[in-house]
Amino acid sequence: MVQKTAEQVFIPLTVGGGIREVKDVDQLLRAGADKVSINTAAIKRPELIDEISARFGNQVLVLSVDARRADSPSGYEVTTHGGRNSGGMDALEWMREAVNRGAGEILLNSMDADGTRDGFDLEMIRAARSVVSVPIIASGGAGKLEDFAAALDAGADALLAASVFHFGTFTISAVKEFLAASGYSVRR
Amino acid sequence: MIAILDYGSGNLRSAQRAFELTGHKVVITSDSKTFLGADAFVVPGVGAFGACMKQLEDVGGASLVKEAVATTKPLFGICVGMQILFSQGEEKGSHSGIGFFQGSVAKLAAPVLPHIGWNTIDTNCATFEGLKDQMFYFVHSYAVKTAPADAQITWTTYGERFVAAVERNNIFGTQFHPEKSGDAGAKLISNWAARI
Repeated sequence: MVQKTAEQVFIPLTVGGGIREVKDVDQLLRAGADKVSINTAAIKRPELIDEISARFGNQVLVLSVDARRADSPSGYEVTTHGGRNSGGMDALEWMREAVNRGAGEILLNSMDADGTRDGFDLEMIRAARSVVSVPIIASGGAGKLEDFAAALDAGADALLAASVFHFGTFTISAVKEFLAASGYSVRR
Repeated sequence: MIAILDYGSGNLRSAQRAFELTGHKVVITSDSKTFLGADAFVVPGVGAFGACMKQLEDVGGASLVKEAVATTKPLFGICVGMQILFSQGEEKGSHSGIGFFQGSVAKLAAPVLPHIGWNTIDTNCATFEGLKDQMFYFVHSYAVKTAPADAQITWTTYGERFVAAVERNNIFGTQFHPEKSGDAGAKLISNWAARI
């Protein structure tokens, strides 16, 4: 699937799911992926981050973090299994460690905001922005056009939304037009 | 035929597909004879500057790229493949580059790195004809910030101004990834390939 997609798509392609070791990454890159995203495998064995970034550079590695509010030092914890289970780690501490190990981007999924359409989790974005200096892709909670601008203002570098596009609430180009009109840099 | 130099792992397939859109046959090779036998050359880049130069040694090193340039056929360096065309790299220690252009590749002064995203450019370079208002896709933390006197420079800004593309005679290089820059990237590759 990666190879077929890469044949047709001349924009960056990030592939996630099932990556357990360096050779999985090598295979995906050779098939045409530009980046890989890892989540559970890095929680189980954080050294995987060091191994992948040492071999391919940190720009290749997107760490996906499913975080939620919890009784944890920073107030946020890492979850697994789509937010059902606690990962037993503080989310901000985990992001800081992962970036030190070589993660080049953070895909920050707020399990609290996910599915609410009440807006991105601005508090969580600000908290993450204060501890890491790599790009943050914020995910979860997009419901209206203004939400995208607010998330960028909170410190996100890129935004992910799915349901508003799938359900046709508005189109991707509507978001881009809105952001461009509001003075944000966006490719059209 | 366009030859893409394979001197390390990474995504060369996308570059091959993008250059194939020009109608030319595109081969990925680590063989110096095959490489030099092509009508045009692509030098991609993977990883850190020094590591990249070291991996280049395994396939013929700086002298292979110099030989390619000496043929006067077009050469296209991409990302770190552009950076190593300069004289010096300051990533993970100081390293010598191939040195077609005087200049140092140093860490960008920006609050968020790597720089990953789409940028507009400031150019008067003929290769960018029809593309002056387009955006291109960048992934990097290091860049050239001072223009060599004897080259045409295309600029962009992320935290500070840096070289987005460099050109002199048959040597062309981009800090961004044209093969990942959508239609604008395809048009740039096509503009470049017109000189083959």
